[in-house]
Amino acid sequence: MSFQLVLELLPSTLADGLILGLLYATIALGYTMVYGVLGLINFAHSEIFMVGAFVAVELLTYVLAGSPLHPVIQLVLAMIVAAAVSAALAGLAERVAYRPLRRSNAPKLAPLITAIGISLFLQDAVRFVESLFGQFIRPFPSMPFFDIPLPLTPNDSVPMKSLVILIVAGAMLAGLRYTVTHTRLGKAIRAVATDRMAASLMGIDVNRIVMLTFVIGGALAGVAGTLYALQFGRVDPFSGFIPGLKAFTAAVLGGIGSIPGAMVGGIVLGLIEMLIGTFVPILTNNAIGTEYKDIFAFGILILILIFKPTGLLGRPSTEKV
Amino acid sequence: MTLMKTLAAATTGLMLLSCAATAQDKGAIKIVTQSPLSGQQSVAGEGIMLGAQLAVAQFAKQLTDMGFQLSLQPEDDQATPNVGVANANRILNDPAVLGVVGHYNSGVAIPSSEVYAKDNLAMVSPANTNPAITDRETTRAIANRICGRDDVQGPAGANFATDTLKAKKVYIINDKSAYGSGIAQTFEAAIRKSGANVILSTGMDQNETDFSSILNRARVDQPDLVYYGGTYPQGGLIIKQMRQKGLKAAFLGGDGLDSGDLQKIAGPENMTNAYFTTTALPLSQMPAAAAFAQAYKAKFNKDPEVYSAYGYDSARVVIEAIVAAAKAKGGAMPSRAAVAAAVREVKFDGVTGPVAFNNRGDIASAKYVVIEAGKSADANKIVKVIDVAAPGGS
Repeated sequence: MSFQLVLELLPSTLADGLILGLLYATIALGYTMVYGVLGLINFAHSEIFMVGAFVAVELLTYVLAGSPLHPVIQLVLAMIVAAAVSAALAGLAERVAYRPLRRSNAPKLAPLITAIGISLFLQDAVRFVESLFGQFIRPFPSMPFFDIPLPLTPNDSVPMKSLVILIVAGAMLAGLRYTVTHTRLGKAIRAVATDRMAASLMGIDVNRIVMLTFVIGGALAGVAGTLYALQFGRVDPFSGFIPGLKAFTAAVLGGIGSIPGAMVGGIVLGLIEMLIGTFVPILTNNAIGTEYKDIFAFGILILILIFKPTGLLGRPSTEKV
Repeated sequence: MTLMKTLAAATTGLMLLSCAATAQDKGAIKIVTQSPLSGQQSVAGEGIMLGAQLAVAQFAKQLTDMGFQLSLQPEDDQATPNVGVANANRILNDPAVLGVVGHYNSGVAIPSSEVYAKDNLAMVSPANTNPAITDRETTRAIANRICGRDDVQGPAGANFATDTLKAKKVYIINDKSAYGSGIAQTFEAAIRKSGANVILSTGMDQNETDFSSILNRARVDQPDLVYYGGTYPQGGLIIKQMRQKGLKAAFLGGDGLDSGDLQKIAGPENMTNAYFTTTALPLSQMPAAAAFAQAYKAKFNKDPEVYSAYGYDSARVVIEAIVAAAKAKGGAMPSRAAVAAAVREVKFDGVTGPVAFNNRGDIASAKYVVIEAGKSADANKIVKVIDVAAPGGS
């Protein structure tokens, strides 16, 4: 492999890896939020994300298409509606599937199973509904504005949507961090996360805070879904699964429960995936193809967790006695 | 003890009686369709199922007149081999099933047909182009197809790539399925023979949505052609991502790309210099298509999908074979083996063209079409139509 080739490929590889990583990170934020408060992996998060992506695509295709609004405003509107629908859905899931289990002191494994149930239910429900109106693989409508090339190096460029994803993901992180550290709600969320019993004794309505955590996580998933559909141009009822899994990985890698950790974990995973996918085939003269990148990415994940089980930015949790 | 004996005798008597009752109306006959009815590929899979349903509605009379009740049982193979095989085992145990129309994916059809072969249950495939479908000895007696083969389709694509597109530097990507890797291999072998330089040949998982690792390299290598062995949900994304990365190379693939959704996924503005080969003629090229499309639309309120007409003709083959086998038995319920043998003798002019099989179960003469994909499926242009006799067999 010549040095020249590396130099030529590196900028676009890093840019693509960063964008992919930011997409993972935006999904990972939802996992991390709920885990931080409840110690529960909300596996239905990937499907809530998928529903958000559908809502955004449908809205852009059937309501906003041909409107004189600037594409960015159209996208923002789609994001807001997608976030609202996903938030409502996440709240509903909390109400019907998680709260009853919490109340009845079900074993820790039970919410995990209801989450998988909700996932499968949402996949097939969306498939059914979309099939009624034709085909369920929905393409993102053609919006040339987001494909305008922005120069990266003299002979490399990234499309406008990369910049959009960068800005939105950054805003999501900053907004979430501000909410958690500087607002009353954030204080309550942190209190519930630290000790649910003590928080309730201090007059915090724990159920309400848990519900709000889910709602915020859902809203984030809706925005992430919109970005994902924008980047990859297609959504189907099963398109939540793989990104969901990768985002969960990113959350664990960064230190689950930590908001900056989710961001760092996502970006690291995206970069690793893209670098391995691009350079390992070249290094091995195509003997190991791009198709094996996930094996390496997850292999590195296992190594990191062996040496730092709390993840990159996670703090060791102390058992409450 | 005597009570038990009486009971046993009574049950046996009842069973005999009920058998006699069904024998009078000669019993039920089922045709099963197996195709993906859920998941990404269900658009094509449902098209096959509905096509077969239309054939059953139109041709059932031949069997009802003889005293049988014919019905269609749709099964969902989910484009997944183990689901297809599980379904196959289940339907094999239902004696009323005399024929299978399926599958959509070669990777599902190959293991499933091994199950059908255990009891000589005939399979007529509307869409499986992998050579192994009819090449294996174990399923020789029962596996048939009314479409072309990849070992002709791949080389036909390679031929088009070198002759018409003048491709010298080629990238080949496949989706690691039996269909995708099979057609990519035959394409690669043929294009290497013609002297073109294959710079990269790699697999990519069927669920992958991000092809930038490969396409970034393509920007440095600047191939003239990217060949994709796989289906439209990924194919469309590759076209889109190629054009967004500023790659002007031609894009070529097999019949898995043949869907109206290819353009929607790729984006109409990206559909330049994109081609696919297919064994499924567009409806506009089929002699009896107008009447078929009309009947289909009237019954299901949907336009036929690419493989609907092939599903229709496949089901018709099975029905004709059952009728022939039943007639040969003097109007009695035919055996599965007899139906499987009768399939090879079936001859008619179907919607998709003349239907007749060689002794391997391949359609005697198949058409291979090269299509230039337009901005929408309606704008697709036929570049070439070639009639090729099935290789091997007689």
